[in-house]
Amino acid sequence: MGGMRTAGDLVARMQMTRRMRLKEAKAYVADKLGCTPRDLSDPSAMEEIRIAKGLGTLPFTSSVRPGEAGMIEAKFNIAKTLDIPINCVERFKERVGLGGSATA
Amino acid sequence: MGDGSMVEMTRSEIKADLEEGTQVSAKRAKVDPLTQDELDHLLDIYASSARFTAVDIGDEVVMSNDGTGTKHIGNRVQDLQTYEQVLGIDMVELWQIDYSYKAIKTNVAHEGQSMKIAQMLCTTPVQYGAMPDLGRYSKPDGPIDNWSELLPLMKVDEARAAQVEACKMLVEDIDYVADHMVEAGADGIDMDTTGAAGDGDFLAGLTACRMLREKYPFLGIEIGMASEFVLGMHGQLEFDGERLAGMWPKDQLRMVQAAGASIYGPAVNINTGKSTAWNIARAITFIKPAMEIAEIPVHVNVGMGVGGVPTCVYPPADATSRASKAFVEILKIDGY
Repeated sequence: MGGMRTAGDLVARMQMTRRMRLKEAKAYVADKLGCTPRDLSDPSAMEEIRIAKGLGTLPFTSSVRPGEAGMIEAKFNIAKTLDIPINCVERFKERVGLGGSATA
Repeated sequence: MGDGSMVEMTRSEIKADLEEGTQVSAKRAKVDPLTQDELDHLLDIYASSARFTAVDIGDEVVMSNDGTGTKHIGNRVQDLQTYEQVLGIDMVELWQIDYSYKAIKTNVAHEGQSMKIAQMLCTTPVQYGAMPDLGRYSKPDGPIDNWSELLPLMKVDEARAAQVEACKMLVEDIDYVADHMVEAGADGIDMDTTGAAGDGDFLAGLTACRMLREKYPFLGIEIGMASEFVLGMHGQLEFDGERLAGMWPKDQLRMVQAAGASIYGPAVNINTGKSTAWNIARAITFIKPAMEIAEIPVHVNVGMGVGGVPTCVYPPADATSRASKAFVEILKIDGY
């Protein structure tokens, strides 16, 4: 789907975590992001959405955003936006004393 | 061709190969051949002279990647970042070159540390992958009598007992490695080329999957197969009361779903002496019955030597893209 260039990583998370088939996973992610399933594979549409929701973007020569969420930070926002547990986020919270449970 | 060599074929020759490919697999697996509409669609894809072809906008599917990276352009985590940020892969996989759970067990703390670093640096889901690889538990690589040596001696009971014993050890090792990877933050566990050593190998994968699902409801668990057919090296092993030997993709999927996996990866091996058109018709015919009952995502193995892609080091882009388009548009797969 294009991974982080689009919403491929988000749809993949629904397949892994909720065992959703593709159509259901795309509909779920689109609903959570407030866009259409077709937008999910549109890099231009998804760049705006990912920046607005702090879901992480790809850093490259003409577009780096060190002041915005990226990598592990972005995954906190992805977990919240998609309403799913992300294992490493839960581990992070446990280990810095913010609660969290990887069995959520 | 299935070996990667370039051939020129007429539209009629391609049509004939598609028809033969579906008939061969339908007869072998006792399933229906592809319909005329499906064969016509395949003919349009495979008779094109385009170097690269693709699905329609909006029909893109998730791309998981077993064995992500090359190990030649940096360290393994950099490989994952490259696949995430340059190639746009949807799901990456940390792995080591000795791609076997038994081998990883001895080095699991270091593998877990790499997983932890990868999770800090990647946004894309990162799973950990390896082969169940049941054969590793038999002599001389492992402690158990080698069933491939016992069978020719007609020591069938001993060969079966050896596989059952190996199966238990393998389940423990997958469970052990998975526990450490989950502790390190892994998003998922991949059991790749499951069934490579036959029904005992498949049983171990299914059993480990069910154990992991009970412990980790959130965990991605992918079971990718080694072949279109489960070999009966034991012959009598069952999962949920069903005999595993001889299962084709539809029954493989039923077992994988019952075990609690997140993703099923069917694999259909290539006949290198036949055209890619012949091979894709054969592969789709084998997998089609599975897609009709799928309740979980199906990521078909579409890579070197499987899924209509030639067995060669650098598969031509026209072959890989045609196969991908064919699987997506005819079978409505969820990824590959």
